[in-house]
Amino acid sequence: MSRARADEEEYWHSSKFRAFTFDDEDDELSQLKESKRAVNSLRDIVDDDDDDDLERVSWSGEPVGSISWSIKETASSSSSSLEGRDSSLQKGSSSYAAFPKQVSSYSLSNLFKGRNKLPSFQSLSDALSDTGVKNYAPELRRPKAEYKDYSSDWSPKDTVRRMQRGKICSLERFRSLQDKLVLLDEAVAGHDGNVITAVLIFLKRTLRREILFRELEVRQVALCHLIHFLKETGEQKLLLDLLRFLDRTEEVALSQYREHLNIQDVEKRKEFLKGCIGLPFSAEDTSHIQDHYTLLERQIIIEANDRHLETAGQSEIFRKYPRKASILNMPLVTTLFYSCFYHYTEAEGTFSSPTNLKKTFKIPDKQYVLTALAARAKLRAWDDVDALFTTKNWLGYTKKKAPIGFHRVVEILQKNNAPVQVLQEYVRLVEDVETRLNLATKYKCHDVVIETYRDLKDRIQLTAYKCKVERGSAEEEKINSILNN
Amino acid sequence: QAIVWDEYLTGPFGLIAQYSLLKEHEVEKMFTLKPGRLPQADVKNIIFFVRPKLELMDIITDNVLREDRGRSPQRDFHILFVPRRSLLCEQWLKEQGVLGSFIHREQYSLDLIPFDGDLLSMESESAFKASGENAGRFWECYLESDQTSLYHAAKGLMTLQALYGTIPQIFGKGECARHVANMMIRMKREFPGSQNSIFPVFDTLLLLDRNVDLLTPLATQLTYEGLIDEIYGIQNTYVKLPPEKFAPKKQGEGGKDLPTEPKKLQLNSAEELYAEIRDKNFNAVGSVLSKKAKIISAAFEERHHAKTVGEIKQFVSQLPHMQAARSSLANHTSIAELIKDITTSEDFFDNLTVEQEFMSGIDTDKVNNYIEDCIAQKHPLIKILRLVCLQSVCNSGLKQKVLDYYKREILQTYGYEHILTLNNLEKAGLLKPQTSGRNNYPTIRKTLRLWMDDVNEQNPNDISYVYSGYAPLSVRLAQLLARPGWRSIEEVLKMLPGPHFEERQQLPTGLQKKRQHGENRVTLVFFLGGVTYAEIAALRFLSQMEDGGTEYVIATTKLINGTSWIKSLMEKLEPAPF
Repeated sequence: MSRARADEEEYWHSSKFRAFTFDDEDDELSQLKESKRAVNSLRDIVDDDDDDDLERVSWSGEPVGSISWSIKETASSSSSSLEGRDSSLQKGSSSYAAFPKQVSSYSLSNLFKGRNKLPSFQSLSDALSDTGVKNYAPELRRPKAEYKDYSSDWSPKDTVRRMQRGKICSLERFRSLQDKLVLLDEAVAGHDGNVITAVLIFLKRTLRREILFRELEVRQVALCHLIHFLKETGEQKLLLDLLRFLDRTEEVALSQYREHLNIQDVEKRKEFLKGCIGLPFSAEDTSHIQDHYTLLERQIIIEANDRHLETAGQSEIFRKYPRKASILNMPLVTTLFYSCFYHYTEAEGTFSSPTNLKKTFKIPDKQYVLTALAARAKLRAWDDVDALFTTKNWLGYTKKKAPIGFHRVVEILQKNNAPVQVLQEYVRLVEDVETRLNLATKYKCHDVVIETYRDLKDRIQLTAYKCKVERGSAEEEKINSILNN
Repeated sequence: QAIVWDEYLTGPFGLIAQYSLLKEHEVEKMFTLKPGRLPQADVKNIIFFVRPKLELMDIITDNVLREDRGRSPQRDFHILFVPRRSLLCEQWLKEQGVLGSFIHREQYSLDLIPFDGDLLSMESESAFKASGENAGRFWECYLESDQTSLYHAAKGLMTLQALYGTIPQIFGKGECARHVANMMIRMKREFPGSQNSIFPVFDTLLLLDRNVDLLTPLATQLTYEGLIDEIYGIQNTYVKLPPEKFAPKKQGEGGKDLPTEPKKLQLNSAEELYAEIRDKNFNAVGSVLSKKAKIISAAFEERHHAKTVGEIKQFVSQLPHMQAARSSLANHTSIAELIKDITTSEDFFDNLTVEQEFMSGIDTDKVNNYIEDCIAQKHPLIKILRLVCLQSVCNSGLKQKVLDYYKREILQTYGYEHILTLNNLEKAGLLKPQTSGRNNYPTIRKTLRLWMDDVNEQNPNDISYVYSGYAPLSVRLAQLLARPGWRSIEEVLKMLPGPHFEERQQLPTGLQKKRQHGENRVTLVFFLGGVTYAEIAALRFLSQMEDGGTEYVIATTKLINGTSWIKSLMEKLEPAPF
């Protein structure tokens, strides 16, 4: 194993230079590399004197010398506060070495050598950025044939290849439908989305719509590109025509529905949504779209009414709790909360009443109770909270019931800073003994804790709890009397 | 000359080029691209570095049109597209009547950016974006509806082969993997001259389509690096952290007030400590940090024992290294504290419990109470979507009734317009009704041993440590490919979407490797559609296994986590008024 490692290491040391060198590197590049190499080898020495290099970051925390840092630097006119740092930049190439983190010493070749610490210059980043530079100046090494003048007899295949290399080609000479389709097929076969799109733009311009659609129907990849292109460029009408032609009705519907997001005016948006209801959505989605429309319609009515109430200053609730924002375009549950907050007592007949909302949108009990509870607790309307969970049976006896479980009720009340008296009433109703004890202990509902231990006949716990209540308090007395019995 | 940067590109470029280097090449000024008039600068040439995006073209058009024509000397414009020149964009510029203003239009092929010694990424924004078409209606493949990002991946692989030799064996799974392999074969055929004489570094290329493993990115990563990414988001190896825990230690230079700007740190393996802990399960990080702390304080204590001048000199020479180690330790201790605050919270625990239940196959076919509660409490929508999608994937689709229930709750609580997002998720296959009536996940889970009950977080013996029990499916596929080979799991491979295949590329006889006994094979794993840090950690773990026999290098179109991934599938909605 170690023998093999050593061999491999030797291989990497001896051969990597060959492996990563391009024969046609120009001088500037190799000089750059040369200096980089030299600078890198200096690093260990430099590092010793420069204990600060880990800290050299600008105020935004970017290492000085990084691109985004210097953008800010060169863009800001006042540089007085950064003089000290500027000087480090002026050191030129040596500052390059001062940021060892940026020069990956953890190179790909290191990986194969068992991660030793030798600085490695031919790292992957060097190699890759080299190709970058090569591509940056691609004209240097093109075969002569590429320079030949514009030729009108390129085959579709050659045309596509030229385009793949980023050359602009005139496509006008592909006149017959046949030629155009061959060109398109070639482009698709080349997989380059850029070229496919370019050909499609050409076809879109030069072909009749029906023909274009018909031909694309049997060319799915090209079709995807055109649809993507139409979405990007916002050619909504053509897109919808195309989807309709393809019989993709649900997509037509969704795509049209999406448009409502661009309509700022609520009245117009409402009307637009109304028009969406008849679109061929799936059955499930149709009911959601219908609800969306109805909700906005309601919100418009409520908003107009409440804005009036608020400005008139007559209504106490709006004076005490001014609205933070309009209710327009809010989700349904938010609207319900709003209605439970400002319009709780209204009769079912009014649009803004919670019961009306609950009925219209078939809001499940659970959801309704949660929302109403949160709203009434926020207003500290404890009687309303109480009524929310009180049911009367036919004999007139009252009973407490919560579709969400009383532990959730307690949590919500607690979040709204309900007083202990209110809280303990609901803690007491938590069915599971352990949960009840936990909640009671957590929120200091002493009575509930004491009663629960009493019912459990747990003398030890009860005695232990004595130290948690105040000396000489009623609770302590209660514990004592239970223990004495 | 001056460079005008598309802001998105400064991150990736920062990884390969420093300002000082650009300055050597006579770059005087740099600006970020924004509408309006270009800033004054006494330069002859203005170069735009941009991605080929139409909205950016509009900004450039604005810049160019507002340029004062009367000024002298006139400035010349150039445009540099990254990673590729786009005919579409040039067409656009032409329509705006500004194309002629550009003297040079070139491209900078930034295919694969090195993120670390063993990690390359294309950082293409949305290889998984399912806007409309992409998702699967025709080619079961979700990519941008145009194949451009697959084409870039293939091009990147060709570049890589030009540098590191032809890769003799190609394996792949999934529709996109098949596409990329086809493109590579075609490119090779079209440029026969590209046959190089470099001794191959890689023995095998494994192309994995993200579509094959939709589960893994949805789960919360539990490695140190994975958690940093989940909580704070790592951008191009940098992370921004809340500053409170990083109060300056040094007096003087500006350290008087508490920092208010986020603390920005670079994270990569060049930092010794980070290299050691990044891939560990977070539960194993604390002990390493405290051990390091003891070693460092012991090292500083040494100074009391240094008596002779020689000893003192020796000590002093080690100081810089020790100080660097100390500041690195301080940083990571602070980060670990920040993370611990979150991982010990009740909600994190509840969320994780539900995830783990789903992944081990418990109660995936009914409405989950915790998800319901989270919706009622209006937790962030992305969190809800992650969980619901995870449940769907772990159940081979949800029962129609369950799906309808979730959808209704989500739309009523977060707004009806999210119907568009839900639709995208359905198209991408992340959220779907169970059509076949059969749930394949249990078979896949058992055969691939995706759930391990006896996970060892401190001294792992299996990749499942990265998710504290769940072994990422993608990495399992890589592991099983190396040993005993995919033939052993044919049945399961058929259940996973897309074809699996093998291709061979002939090498000249001189370049064929004669493998010595005990020598490791090297596999390049290319994740098409993104990879998470936890998956990377799992592959690194396999590389380091004593008897593993395979080392892995990882490439991807994008580094992702569940949040960024779901976000890329969400419909862009106008910001809410409050």
